[in-house]
Amino acid sequence: MSSKMQSSNNIAQARRTVQQLRVEANIERIKVSKASADLMNYCSEHAKYDPLLMGIPASENPFKDRKPCTIL
Amino acid sequence: MGEMEQLRKEAESLKDEITAARKAVQDLTLQDHVAGTAVVGRVQLKTRKTLRGHLSKIYAVHWGDSKLCVSASQDGKLIVWDSYTTNKVHAIPLKSSWVMTCAYAPSGNMVACGGLDNMCSIYNLKGKDGNVKVMRELAAHTGYLSCCRFLNDNEIITSSGDCTCVLWDIETGSQKTVFAGHLGDCMSLGVAPDFNTFISGACDFTAKLWDIRDGQCRQTFGGHESDINAIGFFPNGNAVITGSDDASCKLYDLRSDQELITYQDSGIMCGVTSLAPSLSGRLILAGYDDFNCNIWDSLKAERVGVLSGHDNRVSCIGVTPDGMACCTGSWDSFLKIWN
Repeated sequence: MSSKMQSSNNIAQARRTVQQLRVEANIERIKVSKASADLMNYCSEHAKYDPLLMGIPASENPFKDRKPCTIL
Repeated sequence: MGEMEQLRKEAESLKDEITAARKAVQDLTLQDHVAGTAVVGRVQLKTRKTLRGHLSKIYAVHWGDSKLCVSASQDGKLIVWDSYTTNKVHAIPLKSSWVMTCAYAPSGNMVACGGLDNMCSIYNLKGKDGNVKVMRELAAHTGYLSCCRFLNDNEIITSSGDCTCVLWDIETGSQKTVFAGHLGDCMSLGVAPDFNTFISGACDFTAKLWDIRDGQCRQTFGGHESDINAIGFFPNGNAVITGSDDASCKLYDLRSDQELITYQDSGIMCGVTSLAPSLSGRLILAGYDDFNCNIWDSLKAERVGVLSGHDNRVSCIGVTPDGMACCTGSWDSFLKIWN
């Protein structure tokens, strides 16, 4: 590749980088306090439905081996 | 050379602008917010099933529904397991044994895999004669396939060692969109719960959020000090969790555009290979190079449990869609189901 092509590639790349940074700089940002509150709220609202957090009764656990019953 | 210098200065100035904009919304930290919340109690999960059958290192596992999962091993096989019974529903021999990733379509109709062959192979599980056959070979990446995830039966997103991610049309085998921008191998990807965006983690130490339809990178998150190997969405789609060779996991919030928490411990010095949040997002399960999986309280950033039982690196992890169990896959050739 000639050095002219190379430097015009580098410029094209640099232009793309600047363009991308402009997109990222211009987004709307919410306050961290709101973001944190929403994360906390989501966790607490859904905690009771989270089996790994709440534990699973043996009778409702599809992965627990059923022990055979013996009729005495 | 004038323009080059100008562009370089403009890039630096924009980076400073982003740093300042992120700081400007930091009215409180997440730590301040959760100061009054208790850490969750110790989480002790037991191995309920061990899935035996692979003959070599397992590299990937993905749940199709809350019972069936697919695993990929460098023994050259994809195995679809009924995790309730441990039965193998399908054992699919691969053309290339150097597989690094696998995925189950949400419909349950297909699975996909790929690796050092640089291709993503799609297999139809519901063929008329009952045999599982290759349906498509998606070839165009110039580097290894590190991860793939179906959007639906006709669209799949792949990430590659060639530093790009691609959205494919499975029917035609063509690339619909190429997501370029990472400066290092893309190692992992995750699709948002609403299927409008996806995130990628790469060896340039950053995570990027992409708009699936217009191909635009919307946000870039830095902070890690080494390769990002694992990435996933927090269940509400508003945050992203990453796992890195720097031995830490991080949570980045999308709407405030910044890192909120780092999950690390001075006692952990090995890389994170894989991660998955629990159903509510309160727990993060992360697999490490030291053969263990650590369970983190996602809000308090404290370790609340450990899954030990594998005799080699935990390479992959996944939580069922109904949240009832997690599956770990290891280089010891076994998968374990825990709850």
